[in-house]
Amino acid sequence: MYPAPFEYHRPATLDETIALLVQHGDEAKLLAGGHSLIPAMKLRLAVPRFIVDIGRVADLSYIRERGDGFAIGAMTTHYAVESSRMLRERCPLLPETAAHIGDVQVRNRGTIGGSLAHADPASDWPAAILALDAELEIAGPKGRRTVRAEAFFVDLLQTALASDEVLCEIRVPASSRSVAYEKTEQKASGFALAGVAVVVGNLGEVRVGITGVGPKAYRANAVESALRGQAAPTAEAIARAARHAANGVDALGDIHATPEFRVHLAEINTQRALTRAFNAR
Amino acid sequence: MSDPVKSPYIGRALKRVEDPRLVKGLATYTDDLRLPGLLHVCFLRSPHAHARVDRIDTSAARTLPGVVAVLTGADVNEHCGIVPCAAEIPDLKSPRHTVLAGDRVYFVGHPVAVAIAADPYVARDAIDAIEVDYDPLPVVVDPEEAIKAGAPLTHPDLGTNIAFTHHVTGGTDIDDAFRRADKIVKERMVHQRLTPMPIEPRAVVASYHRGDGTLTIWSSTQVPHLVRTLLPGMIAIAENKLRIVAPEVGGGFGAKLQVYAEEALCGHLAMRLGAPVKWIESRRENAAATIHGRDQIGEYEVAVKNDGTILGLKARTVADLGSYCQLLTPAIPTLTGLVLTGCYRIPAIKVDLVGVYTNKMATDAYRGAGRPEATYLIERLMDIVAREVGIDRVELRSKHFPAVADFPFQTACGVTYDSGNYQGTLAKARQLADWDQLVVQRANARAAGRLSGIGMSTYVEICAMGPSKAMPAGGWEWGCVRIEISGKVTAITGVSPHGQGQETSLAQIVADRLGVLIDDVVVLHGDTGVAHYGRDTYGSRGTALGGSALVMCIDKIVAKATTLVAHLLGVTADRVVFADGRFSAPGVERRLSWAELAGEAFIAKNLPPGLEPGLEASSFFEPANFTFPFGTHIVAVDVDRETGKVTINKYVAVDDCGIRINPLLIEGQVQGGIAHSLGQVLFERTVYDENGQLLTGEFMDYAIARAGDIPDYIMGSTVTPSPVNPLGVKGVGEAGTIGATPAIANAVIDALQPLGVRHLDLPLTPERVWRAIQQHSPVAV
Repeated sequence: MYPAPFEYHRPATLDETIALLVQHGDEAKLLAGGHSLIPAMKLRLAVPRFIVDIGRVADLSYIRERGDGFAIGAMTTHYAVESSRMLRERCPLLPETAAHIGDVQVRNRGTIGGSLAHADPASDWPAAILALDAELEIAGPKGRRTVRAEAFFVDLLQTALASDEVLCEIRVPASSRSVAYEKTEQKASGFALAGVAVVVGNLGEVRVGITGVGPKAYRANAVESALRGQAAPTAEAIARAARHAANGVDALGDIHATPEFRVHLAEINTQRALTRAFNAR
Repeated sequence: MSDPVKSPYIGRALKRVEDPRLVKGLATYTDDLRLPGLLHVCFLRSPHAHARVDRIDTSAARTLPGVVAVLTGADVNEHCGIVPCAAEIPDLKSPRHTVLAGDRVYFVGHPVAVAIAADPYVARDAIDAIEVDYDPLPVVVDPEEAIKAGAPLTHPDLGTNIAFTHHVTGGTDIDDAFRRADKIVKERMVHQRLTPMPIEPRAVVASYHRGDGTLTIWSSTQVPHLVRTLLPGMIAIAENKLRIVAPEVGGGFGAKLQVYAEEALCGHLAMRLGAPVKWIESRRENAAATIHGRDQIGEYEVAVKNDGTILGLKARTVADLGSYCQLLTPAIPTLTGLVLTGCYRIPAIKVDLVGVYTNKMATDAYRGAGRPEATYLIERLMDIVAREVGIDRVELRSKHFPAVADFPFQTACGVTYDSGNYQGTLAKARQLADWDQLVVQRANARAAGRLSGIGMSTYVEICAMGPSKAMPAGGWEWGCVRIEISGKVTAITGVSPHGQGQETSLAQIVADRLGVLIDDVVVLHGDTGVAHYGRDTYGSRGTALGGSALVMCIDKIVAKATTLVAHLLGVTADRVVFADGRFSAPGVERRLSWAELAGEAFIAKNLPPGLEPGLEASSFFEPANFTFPFGTHIVAVDVDRETGKVTINKYVAVDDCGIRINPLLIEGQVQGGIAHSLGQVLFERTVYDENGQLLTGEFMDYAIARAGDIPDYIMGSTVTPSPVNPLGVKGVGEAGTIGATPAIANAVIDALQPLGVRHLDLPLTPERVWRAIQQHSPVAV
């Protein structure tokens, strides 16, 4: 690949990283696993003047217990999440979702933080992060702040991150096994035409995150409220609720799927994910 | 070291001798070449499907540090000639396709300028610094629109979008056949455009030796000899000063059966600049500016009696050629007409074909080239006819098979099938598939409300291309075999394998015929400085023709050796016996090995009068006919009613490619071909929007089959030798993709048949299938 010329920086600490971002503003791009940025640079669709490679920043790649949940460093690879025994047992939605991302090579290099910060409207992580009601910790020149998943995804390829901020940690609660991720993939890229993540809580409360359908991933609030108060919904109730999967969403259309088909897939995958998650109770 | 594998080698599934170097990363591809002073080439390509080029300003690009030259069509076209088309089509209207665009671009990806720099990054930067003023012109993308009055013209100077028309009638009177029919079954089918996507894109290195005036071009090509034949007609180099090398080639599939503008231009640049140059195509360039395949739209009619007897077949086809003619562009859709009747006795045919220019990349040979189109349509039509007439589709097919004794079998399409046993492959495939059980399972699945289907195709195709009479540039093949003075054997073939494994299969043939260990045989190819003549690799010709040429060489060497042995043993030649790699004579104790004979032949102190020294022979093999491999594929699928997703549950392929030299290679070829088909049936398609913008320019948008898409295959074979070459080999490089496309499509349509679906065009994406299900399902209340 022959990208446009750029200046390369490889800071060792988060403070150095933020200082570089403050200095270069919009002209700088963070390089994590490189699986979104580098293809864009190859095509010269992205022509950043400064690359800040955070691959050597200390202590950004980990999966730790924290309170009654887990903290995951932003530079943790998809594969590390997929293969974590701790997560498989106590937050199985994350490993299940990771297994849907790209292929083995992509999962070995790509990172959860890089994917979330890029906010591709069809990437897999946002569905799971929304369904888990995760918190995202962000570091910037004024210190640290925490954003809830729903507030993190702003629009197509846009997040709550400012140009001088770094996503550094994802925090998720532990869950039971009553979770599921159902995805129909875009055949060429492997990204989601409609990916639906479901978490059913101990009291039967449901959270649904959907990716691939609209310009940003979203919580399917209408599905959740349709099932509110039903600890063991019937198949018919699930099917009825799933019909609200894309309520109010301005669905995307392209050569891979029309908006109508994406909405249909969102409904079907919601129904399937809900069914599987409730059956696992 | 384990003991060497001993003869006989033919028929054994030997592992490929090519693989260790490929697996270990020790192979040399074009991009691996490093020459002193190497310059790097990068192309500026048109972002418009059709535009006038008003002005090109290269001044900023030329001043970038490291840039050696920036050239446009005005600088190079008068030195580089026209990109050649070898197809023999009467009254073909063809645009002058220069190596770089002149004052007009006519497809997205059309090269407009070239930058040469000491560093590939700088060459690429220079492209961004070139300023071009384009004045967009009307665009035509849809070939059926293109032939309507008033359509925008791809080439205004031609005055029409119609490149040629081609009409064939064959067999008995077609009008009479349609008059006598009880029923006329009609269907329209669209064969989508496909992008070949070899994993290695194109790549060229050119180096000019100013001392001796020779030009060497390394190119990732299937056809080094054709390139050497045709480039002297383009650039200022004599054929005998030009050497073409095809190093390791990472896939071709027909896309590299070409002479491309970039190859000529790199040769010209090396001479013009006095320095070696390298061009490595990017994936996006490959998708946009390397040939595409298929893209035919047809209306088909079958004249049929109530008992299922087919009387005749009419095809009216519009072939989208894209914007200009590459090497064989207009010939490809005419190949479809050669096997239109498939495996069947169909007494009358009529083909009306129109080749059309549109503002898209040229189409040309892509794995199967014309035959997949024919097989797809006849096999889809057999299913449709069976249903309309109410006769079992297996019975309908069998009813129209020629009997084994009918071969050689003359078809209404004007070709003669060399040998065949279509009943044999059908029976074997049904047995391997457990057909009756499949039918029961399908009935059970349907009773349970599932969409379950079984598909089949019984195909025949054309291989071993071909007799020179039928080919534009000679259809023979050349070979040379030399017993070295050490007794080692060097075999040189004029075919140019690029993944097919003929370093292995040809060595098996040579080792068996000479009675030597296979480890003592080396097969050389792909370098016109070594393999002086050849017609290269395409149309499944490598083993059948390349192998036959080597057999002829060996016959000559054995005859010469016999004369020498008679002299050395003091017997007459008729008493010399050659067996197991040794020469002997009854009653004479001394036996001679190839090493001993080679020593005598090359040291040449004791040769009989008149015998030339050396043990080497070369030969041209001219086949009497094409070969016609055949087979039966059977597929069982489930369709997810809610998502339209197709799952293949069983895949059975029984192929007859004549004598089998190496079953492992054959299985590999068939499996790879089926993978191509699976992609074509289920998801592959090249998409241009209404402005002629290519929407499938990357693997992010163009789906090819991956390992996880491939079902388990149940593979079988029958062996019906070809009578048209001494090996009895037919060829198998394209069989998989010819047989599999209709089999998989038929299975999916069979699954949807209870809903009333009669036909769907490819690819059968989840959305297309889902929409068909929606349209054909009773409306829920």
